[in-house]
Amino acid sequence: MAYDKFTILKSTAVPLPIENVDTDQIIPARFLKATERKGFGDNLFRDWRYNADNSPKADFVLNNPVYSGKILVGGKNFGSGSSREHAAWAVYDYGFRCVVSSFFADIFKNNCLNIGVLPVQVSPAFLEKIFAAIFADPKTELEVNLPEQTVTLLSTGEQEKFDISPYKKDNLSNGFDDIDYLQNIKGDIEEFASTLPF
Amino acid sequence: MSKTLFDKVWDAHVVRKIEGGPDVLFIDRHLIHEVTSPVAFLGLKNRGIDVLYPERTFATADHNTPTINQHLPVADPLSANQLKALEENANTYGIRHWGLGHLKNGIVHVIGPENGITQPGATIVCGDSHTSTHGAFGAIAFGIGTSEVEMVLASQCIMQPKPKRMRINVTGSLGKGVTPKDVALFIISQLTTSGATGYFVEYAGEVFENMSMEGRMTVCNLSIEMGARGGMIAPDETTFDYIKGREFTPKGEAWDKAMTYWQTLKTDADAVFDKEFTFDGARIEPMITYGTNPGMGMGISHHIPNASEVEGGVATYEKSLGYMGFHEGEPMLGKKVDYVFVGSCTNGRIEDFRAFTSLIKGKRKADDVTVWLVPGSHIVEEQIKKEGLLDILTEAGFTLRQPGCSACLAMNDDKIPAGKYAVSTSNRNFEGRQGPGARTMLASPLVAAAAAVTGVVTDPRTLI
Repeated sequence: MAYDKFTILKSTAVPLPIENVDTDQIIPARFLKATERKGFGDNLFRDWRYNADNSPKADFVLNNPVYSGKILVGGKNFGSGSSREHAAWAVYDYGFRCVVSSFFADIFKNNCLNIGVLPVQVSPAFLEKIFAAIFADPKTELEVNLPEQTVTLLSTGEQEKFDISPYKKDNLSNGFDDIDYLQNIKGDIEEFASTLPF
Repeated sequence: MSKTLFDKVWDAHVVRKIEGGPDVLFIDRHLIHEVTSPVAFLGLKNRGIDVLYPERTFATADHNTPTINQHLPVADPLSANQLKALEENANTYGIRHWGLGHLKNGIVHVIGPENGITQPGATIVCGDSHTSTHGAFGAIAFGIGTSEVEMVLASQCIMQPKPKRMRINVTGSLGKGVTPKDVALFIISQLTTSGATGYFVEYAGEVFENMSMEGRMTVCNLSIEMGARGGMIAPDETTFDYIKGREFTPKGEAWDKAMTYWQTLKTDADAVFDKEFTFDGARIEPMITYGTNPGMGMGISHHIPNASEVEGGVATYEKSLGYMGFHEGEPMLGKKVDYVFVGSCTNGRIEDFRAFTSLIKGKRKADDVTVWLVPGSHIVEEQIKKEGLLDILTEAGFTLRQPGCSACLAMNDDKIPAGKYAVSTSNRNFEGRQGPGARTMLASPLVAAAAAVTGVVTDPRTLI
């Protein structure tokens, strides 16, 4: 599925300083019953965001109008657990284009990269600074620069580089996906398959 | 150059290496289910492309299916719609489909091995993180997202950077009442829920060498719970004995040829791992979790650790214990249990039901505990009946449900009510995993059985 190209994102950010945020929190299993990819943002962090009677939980950050933006900042080991891509879809559909954390679970990170959400891994110390800056002033902006592979806390100018494979960087920058690539090497794949014992 | 088992299987499947990018990895076997496949098929339709090798994909319905009255139409319209979409997509593209009611229907990671779809040296993926289960056979098996499901349907390949290599050795032997589930929960408690992220694990040592195939599946299944993409065990006689004669395993000359290859699938003596751990099997006791991730586990006779003793932030730890209604320093033994769930791709196989039944035999189900026994597949269900286990269970006041993922992720009606405590043989104790507000304690089938007959968290060693 095509997605918007990602280059430079300047935005305020939503802080979620909890560790090991698993994909069952990002989107509970009972909301995985769709056969199309739409509407998942409504159920992002469903059980942290809403009470059983569907009223919003006032103390959850997504219900606090002070915090907004296209960047979600999460604690260490963000996105652990299930492989459900619905978690990444929910993040995207809600309006986030980038998740910043000090550590990401593997499958979630991959899923994000495949759908146009940029996972940015920063050092634990820089993550703490980002949280502190946002809590001190929710209008604090971050700049995520994919071409330069930098994330900058605009209030202080502090900056860190982040890693991304050149292949994925190229995909995100141009809105390409892996299937485009794989369709172009179909001949190679068929030749390879003909040599396999299975 | 010396290679690990993982290197041998991975390298044999690389179609192309991309400079500064992932490997294009050929996938031998692709398993699909109703929840993570519909959007992938929709993607194919929108692009106007076909399934490249439909015979390499196998479809089953499991996540959404009811575990009672499976002969009736599925009542939940959204679940019914997903099941219908799977069937239609399978029919459209010529994919083998074992839907609800089919004799071979069951949980995707139970039916793969059961029918010989899972084989040593193969690459196996599924849009489900517990695909790591199949690594028990010396396969590279891991969970993928829906975009990748679409990739595999379209090209039989995915694009993956090669993970780093980790070996976990468990030496010696296991004590009484200590099961493969306890070994896995122990390892995860030592490494934490993210300790193996970025790695592919090989399990080695006497404990795994002496373990049954089903036990090995339980261990590999839980690899993802410490962040590893997958885990694998070198195939040996136990493996070959298990797979021989199953529907999709090679026969005759093809078997002999496969065996020649499969016997080479072991880590070379001087191969190097990026990380290695060794644990003494005798140190492991029956385990139980007390928190909201599978790394928060401990020996059943221990006390809940203080925040200062565990890795990670205090706020996250307190949030977790607060959700569970537990406190630092408390024992787990004696805690009230409202529900017991035996099943899932982790512990829903015949050996798990044998273990459960061995403990409850001659005892009675505790009155105030609700017990859900859910076989992993129809084949497991039939075996439970054939071996006479059902008679023993019925005698003790238990009933058997029909196969499916059930309360492991509570997508169907099998939900643990808010605030209630469940001892569960499944794989995740995340907040709300087994139903909104449900409180899960992960454990082995023996610990589940001990809770089912006493109504509290009980050390199974006192009952066997």
